[in-house]
Amino acid sequence: MTTEAMTSTRSSLPRWMTNLRAKEAIAGYIFLSPWLLGIILFIVGPMMTSGFLSFTRYDIVNPPEFVGLKNFIEIFTKDRLFWPSMMLTFRYALIVVPLSLIGALAAAMLLNQALLGTTWFRTFFFLPHLTPIVAAAVLWGWIFNADVGPINHWIRTITGSDNAPGWFRDPDWAMTGLIIMAMWGAIGGNTMLIFLAGLQGVPQELYDAAVVDGAGIWAKFRNVTLPMLTPTIFFNMVLGIIGALRVFAAAYVATQGGPAYSTWFYALHIYTRAFQYFEMGYASALAWIFFFVLFVFTYVQFRQSRRWVYYAGEVD
Amino acid sequence: MAGEAIARNRKQAGGGFIPVGAFQSASFQRAIGRGILYLIAISSSAVFMFPFVWTVLSSLKRGGELFRFPPTWLPEIPQFHNYPTVFEIVPWATWTWNSTFVAVVSTFGAVLTAALVGYSFARFRYPARDVLFILTLSTMMLPVEVTLIPLYLMFAKIGWLDSYRPLIVPSFFGGSAFLIFLMRQFFMSIPIDLDEAARIDGANYLRIFWQILMPLSIPVTATAAVLTFMAQWNEFLQPFIFLNTKSKYTLAIGIRYFQAVSGFADDSEPKYHLLMAASVMMTAPIIALFFLAQRYLVQGIVMSGIKG
Repeated sequence: MTTEAMTSTRSSLPRWMTNLRAKEAIAGYIFLSPWLLGIILFIVGPMMTSGFLSFTRYDIVNPPEFVGLKNFIEIFTKDRLFWPSMMLTFRYALIVVPLSLIGALAAAMLLNQALLGTTWFRTFFFLPHLTPIVAAAVLWGWIFNADVGPINHWIRTITGSDNAPGWFRDPDWAMTGLIIMAMWGAIGGNTMLIFLAGLQGVPQELYDAAVVDGAGIWAKFRNVTLPMLTPTIFFNMVLGIIGALRVFAAAYVATQGGPAYSTWFYALHIYTRAFQYFEMGYASALAWIFFFVLFVFTYVQFRQSRRWVYYAGEVD
Repeated sequence: MAGEAIARNRKQAGGGFIPVGAFQSASFQRAIGRGILYLIAISSSAVFMFPFVWTVLSSLKRGGELFRFPPTWLPEIPQFHNYPTVFEIVPWATWTWNSTFVAVVSTFGAVLTAALVGYSFARFRYPARDVLFILTLSTMMLPVEVTLIPLYLMFAKIGWLDSYRPLIVPSFFGGSAFLIFLMRQFFMSIPIDLDEAARIDGANYLRIFWQILMPLSIPVTATAAVLTFMAQWNEFLQPFIFLNTKSKYTLAIGIRYFQAVSGFADDSEPKYHLLMAASVMMTAPIIALFFLAQRYLVQGIVMSGIKG
């Protein structure tokens, strides 16, 4: 209603005022222009180019040669690393994201208890997140060292046997090592801070009302905290999954995708095809498949979110 | 009425007059509860900090000490010269300078242009603005892998490979969707009356931006700058693909190069202790920056998430 009223007054404004509107629009576009140009140059243009390249064979030296769907057919039928790398990338994300969300929420709830020294605890939890991924991969590589690393030393001491996991040099354990490493950086990071703010935003009246109704700790968490936090959980989940599916640096530095391809993540597969074999067309096809899968996955999450995310400010 | 009930309830919970055994009293149970919470907080802090402590201690050991079994915590004699040694065996000073240069210049470009674009989204009315804003937000979900190959080919064509231009120039086109979002949200919280008052006094748009909005936005600008600097400092994939010459490496790829060669040393001793020292030196500036900007940073991160 107000909008209508405003538009009608605007249309009846004198001409110099509409000129002012035009001026405002032009100025707005001018300030926007770096980004518009950036989207075209660095996002839309490259995406279209890689879309085109995915239908070609291109080794950089010779001009691209159109091959139709050959790359895609080869990826789905002949590429021995395509399915395994896709699967293990999803497996990684579907383990790391829920665990780090739960861990981050637990850490945020702990920090929300008004303990003495909370600022210190928060800093301790947050520091791993600041560690550059490459440095983290280097230092965890040493901590997980199968022979002389502290972790295996403790495992041997506790179990009293000489059998301890080989971690980054054992195909059965390398993934677990990477997951632990990722959790170390993720639990106390931005996710935790955002949860902490979310917790502080839950109105106290709701807890008071729950107490009056006889709710215990669990009931308060289940019926007040969790529903009120669903938008935050959703936001952290969507960005967390996208981040986890793109894992590259950690694996490249800690394990180089091995041993025996057990940590050959999808991004590593794209990288190898593109920048070691210089199969730019084939790698572009891989990248587009990745983009498509991510898009569908994110879309489904948004669709599903209507069922479980509760926006307190939303008007029915 | 409800308020009274709560007050009564709280009084009971506070354990004022409850005539039961001391060990069952609510205050005692609460003390136990608090104790358990402290125990969890302290032990999880220890878990989070352990890798740091281990790395710092390892970086002060002699090379052979790292291979001792069982592992020892403390270095026998702290080898502080491990740190200068890193500078001797790899071009660490050059890499540090490269990382600093790339991070500072691209942070400058990203924050400045993101602020301009955020200003446009926050303060101007024009056709397709909201569509463009949603498009901007959706680019946050775009994996760089899709654009990386064409960007590489493009930079190769114009002869920018093995230079810092591919790492720096794109930052001057609005930085990232996240930064634009952060700036826009902040500008929107500044009353528009200020703009209007300035306009009546004859200030143009650029002047309003520079003399009214920016001075009020120092905290959020600082947040944006620190977050961008950290991201650039830590960035691995892009310098890894765009740079080839060893002397042009940034720290992130330099340390990986160091890691790849440290196991197969030309002399007798492996260099893992020096690698640990290098990790410490790469991480320390980021942690220092965090402590300097902690107050703003936490706010900024929180702001970006809450409105999501």
